[in-house]
Amino acid sequence: MKFTLSWLKDHLETQASLDEITYVLTDLGLEVEGVDNPAAKLAAFTIGKIIQVEKHPDADKLRVCQVETASGVTQIICGAPNAREGITVVVAPPGVYVPGIDTTIGVGKIRGIESYGMMCSEREMELSDEHDGIIELESGEVGQSYAEWLAQNDLERVDPVIEIAITPNRPDALGVRGIARDLAARGLGKLKDRDVAPVPTSFTSDFAVLIDEDTLDGCPIFCGRVIRGVKNDPSPDWLQQALRAIGLRPISFLVDVTNFFTMDRNRPLHVFDADKLSGNLRVHRAQGGEEIAALDEKTYQFSGGQMVISDDTGAQSIAGIMGGADTGCTDDTVNVFVESAYWNPVQIAYAGRALQINSDARYRFERGVDPAFTLEGLEHAVRMIVDHAGGEASQIIQAGAVPNTERAFKLDVERVKSLVGMDIPERMQRSTLTDLGFRLEGDMAHVPSWRPDVMGEADLVEEVARMASLTKLVGKPLARVDLGVPKPMLSLSQTREQTARRMIAALGYNECVTYSFIDRKSADMFGGGADATMLSNPISSEMSHMRPSLLPGLLQAAARNQARGISDMALFEVGPVWHGGEPEDQETLACGILVGHTGPKDVHGTRRAVDIYDAKADVEAVLQALGAPAKVQFQRGLSEWWHPGRSARMALGKTSLAGFGEIHPKVLAALDLKGPVVAFAVHTKNVPVPKSKSATRPALNISDLQVVERDFAFVVDQSVEAITLVNAAKGADKVLIDEVRVFDEFSGGSLAPGLKSLAVTVRLQPKGATLKDADIEAVAEKIVAKVTKATGGSLRG
Amino acid sequence: MDDLREKYLTLISAAADEAALEELRVKAVGKKGEISLHMRSLGKMLPEERQIAGPALNALKDEVNLALNARKSAMADAALEERLKSEWLDVTLPGRQRLAGTIHPISQVWEEVTAIFADMGFSVAEGPQIETDWYNFDALNMPGHHPARAEMDTFYTHRAGGDDRPPHVLRTHTSPVQIRSMEKTGAPMRVICPGRVYRADYDQTHTPMFHQVEGLALDTNISMANLKWCLEEFVKAFFEVDDVELRFRASHFPFTEPSAEVDIRCSWTDGQLKVGEGDDWLEILGSGMVHPKVLAAGGIDAAKYQGFAFGMGIDRIAMLKYGIPDLRAFFDSDLRWLRHYGFAALDKPGLVSGLSR
Repeated sequence: MKFTLSWLKDHLETQASLDEITYVLTDLGLEVEGVDNPAAKLAAFTIGKIIQVEKHPDADKLRVCQVETASGVTQIICGAPNAREGITVVVAPPGVYVPGIDTTIGVGKIRGIESYGMMCSEREMELSDEHDGIIELESGEVGQSYAEWLAQNDLERVDPVIEIAITPNRPDALGVRGIARDLAARGLGKLKDRDVAPVPTSFTSDFAVLIDEDTLDGCPIFCGRVIRGVKNDPSPDWLQQALRAIGLRPISFLVDVTNFFTMDRNRPLHVFDADKLSGNLRVHRAQGGEEIAALDEKTYQFSGGQMVISDDTGAQSIAGIMGGADTGCTDDTVNVFVESAYWNPVQIAYAGRALQINSDARYRFERGVDPAFTLEGLEHAVRMIVDHAGGEASQIIQAGAVPNTERAFKLDVERVKSLVGMDIPERMQRSTLTDLGFRLEGDMAHVPSWRPDVMGEADLVEEVARMASLTKLVGKPLARVDLGVPKPMLSLSQTREQTARRMIAALGYNECVTYSFIDRKSADMFGGGADATMLSNPISSEMSHMRPSLLPGLLQAAARNQARGISDMALFEVGPVWHGGEPEDQETLACGILVGHTGPKDVHGTRRAVDIYDAKADVEAVLQALGAPAKVQFQRGLSEWWHPGRSARMALGKTSLAGFGEIHPKVLAALDLKGPVVAFAVHTKNVPVPKSKSATRPALNISDLQVVERDFAFVVDQSVEAITLVNAAKGADKVLIDEVRVFDEFSGGSLAPGLKSLAVTVRLQPKGATLKDADIEAVAEKIVAKVTKATGGSLRG
Repeated sequence: MDDLREKYLTLISAAADEAALEELRVKAVGKKGEISLHMRSLGKMLPEERQIAGPALNALKDEVNLALNARKSAMADAALEERLKSEWLDVTLPGRQRLAGTIHPISQVWEEVTAIFADMGFSVAEGPQIETDWYNFDALNMPGHHPARAEMDTFYTHRAGGDDRPPHVLRTHTSPVQIRSMEKTGAPMRVICPGRVYRADYDQTHTPMFHQVEGLALDTNISMANLKWCLEEFVKAFFEVDDVELRFRASHFPFTEPSAEVDIRCSWTDGQLKVGEGDDWLEILGSGMVHPKVLAAGGIDAAKYQGFAFGMGIDRIAMLKYGIPDLRAFFDSDLRWLRHYGFAALDKPGLVSGLSR
């Protein structure tokens, strides 16, 4: 909402400065978004008077003037033809920036004679293109600020334009008068009386308006007056200037009048060319399918139930939203019907949204105009039209009646204290509300018709606090819930996510936050892409589906980094994924990827391509940090975006804790990523909760007896998994065997094709007595027997 | 006996290597060594003689042994020194590489905010990001026709044909979590709701996804003055300054009444923000007293309980605190950015050790 200071002063009698006004507007909740003050750049220009003029000895066109200025009599060299004794001028003293010539005035010699400033033309101050000579003022005191003189004598030249943001609850502030009312209630001035005398009825028109019974809830009142014999010339200067100042283009007087009252009073109006209407006007609900060519030169089709204004030939206006092109005013219009109506905000909101029309009328009606002002607004407009464009007005033609919005709420003066925490005397609370237009009867406050937002006691508190200024609010400590040391506040799942995040970062991964929505192709590739997870209004096709996995976002991020010249990296994200389109279909995962090599080439020769054992070590570290049991099952057959032979799920029975492996080469190709890429994903919520709540650890049982380690190498089939061998070996003596560790895998060489050698170290920890050779031999035999049986292999000779 | 002593000490100090030393040891104090033989002869002496010669011989033996050991370790030292001379390494070569991971600023600030509010008794609630329009709008006093709905640039999800429910939305704020929390715990309560939110907007300063933290405190006697104190404490703690001035400006949100926008006093010098000083005001959050209709929607008795709510952008306060210029870069995963603006894994913010280093 834009308005000029002079427009505001049409409604508000005030001595307040522009700065005071803008500060208070923002404080009141009418947030100032910008002020364009032409006077600001004129602040340093002051008024002076030429007392003596002599010709410059060395230049025919220059004059040496003695000028009385704010700082005494000053010598200024001037080339203007009108520079002469006795005139009042505008002076830019040294040091002042003159915008029209983009120069800061200095003290200098002009053809050998010193000059201490400049006398300005309008163009030099960017006030107009006038440059025939320096400004001659009709009044003004020496030393007075020129901006101040302009504000007093020629405000329109320096009229500040103020732009404020209006929150949806304040339709009344969509009119300048509403803004003035708020300022007056704050004590910044007095609201001026702006009533007009209605234009007397000159003739009785037989034109009629009608509201269908089923439309009365959407249009309680529809009224107007016919005016005969108007002359639709361009608007008078003041009106054109007022509209231009706030960014509206003057069109013709009749149209400009409607725009004026829209801005002045938040009262949208419509003027029909009466000669283009056939028969009477009827407000009714559309059957559906009717079409109308609207004022924006587009054609709209109504849906059943939307409100229409029709004449005998069909739809002539989209009720409360936009008029029709066929019956609008033109320069040749002579006879008009000026319409003023009240439309139900909810119905206008839905119709406007469905028709996708963003008009000023819709904007205002859907927020709520003052229903009680329907007739008064009409009288204001008719008065202005007849006064400026001539013509004679009919009686008021009306259907329906002003809807009753009467309601009152109890003013509980203690409530301001208890809800806001401010001490405001009762007398002040009451006067504030009265100034805002509330009518107080006892402790009941009757709400003014222009405030549809006030719907309860809390709203009265808000008005009182707002007017008293929330700036004055003083903070008051919030008592602790429990005295003493605060309890932990995070849930188990929150703690886990943070633990996973910091563990993964500690392992060397860089945390990313990628978008929750990805493109359909990527979603499809990772098991998502279902319509239920699709946005109906994505901002781009790259962000159309909720992600089914964190991998596509991370892989795309890796590809972007590779395009920037970084080939190796470790990225991770902890965040939500979606398995469907319902609120409960969301799961938080922790996912990491390792791309390319372990690092750049280095002197120690440690660089190598990443492989699944890197990912495995990392995922195991994360699971351990989350408190998962050490022993989990490794299940093959992960989803198709993993390498089929190089990936596994880590599970406890049917509960999947994590997955890890190499990303399928086809996926990498599709995402234009140079591999290899290994990854892991952890279902943080699936890690079982520890059974014991106690912080106590089980007792530590250490044996002082000598540990014995023995190595075994077995030749087994290539397909035998190490874990089978390890488990078999461990099973040989569950008491004595402390650990079985694979330390070598080997194939080729002397081994037949299809076979491999797996070597393990078995660590024996005696508990009762030191081991003798015979004991060790006995265990070794059992280990060989168990492993041979479990793997079908043999001890390597 | 002095001759003996002189002889062996000279020989020991002249010994060339360990083998020569061993030979000397055998010769002097070995089983059949010269000194040992002398000691054997003690038995044949007179008691008076023995009383003099015995201790003298023992002392000689000890002295020779000491000399042998000293010479031996001197030799070892010399040998080690010789070896170390050849074991020079270039200490300027790089160490074995180790990846340095980072925490994203959003996660870091999330934990900072959580630490501060947890100390003031707020627990942390999260909720679904695909929401029903009831939780996202209606329950928050924004019925279907409300203009604020249109202003929020809401993302809607697809509805299959035949499913007549209103489409779900991507939550436009974390306020639905407030409603869910009210339903779950009832009043009195204190909770903050951090998380991802979505609005269909993408330009220099907007991304279609960003992060918010909202707070809610309900009790029988909580006022807007408590809200102001709570936010003052938060701003001081978060920006790590001793004092800061907050300015409440009247505003409007459908879910609070009265409502206020909150500005903090600050200065901008060369693009650097300083909180708590200067003549500028920076809008950082929206807040107010929870609207009775919202309380009712959450199943709270609005006649008995009242309280405040506030909301601010996590990304925004992260940008302000850490001087990060561009919001869009938060979600671009440029490794150079992640390394520059990220935090070490061990930099876990807490009130005891401080929020930032």
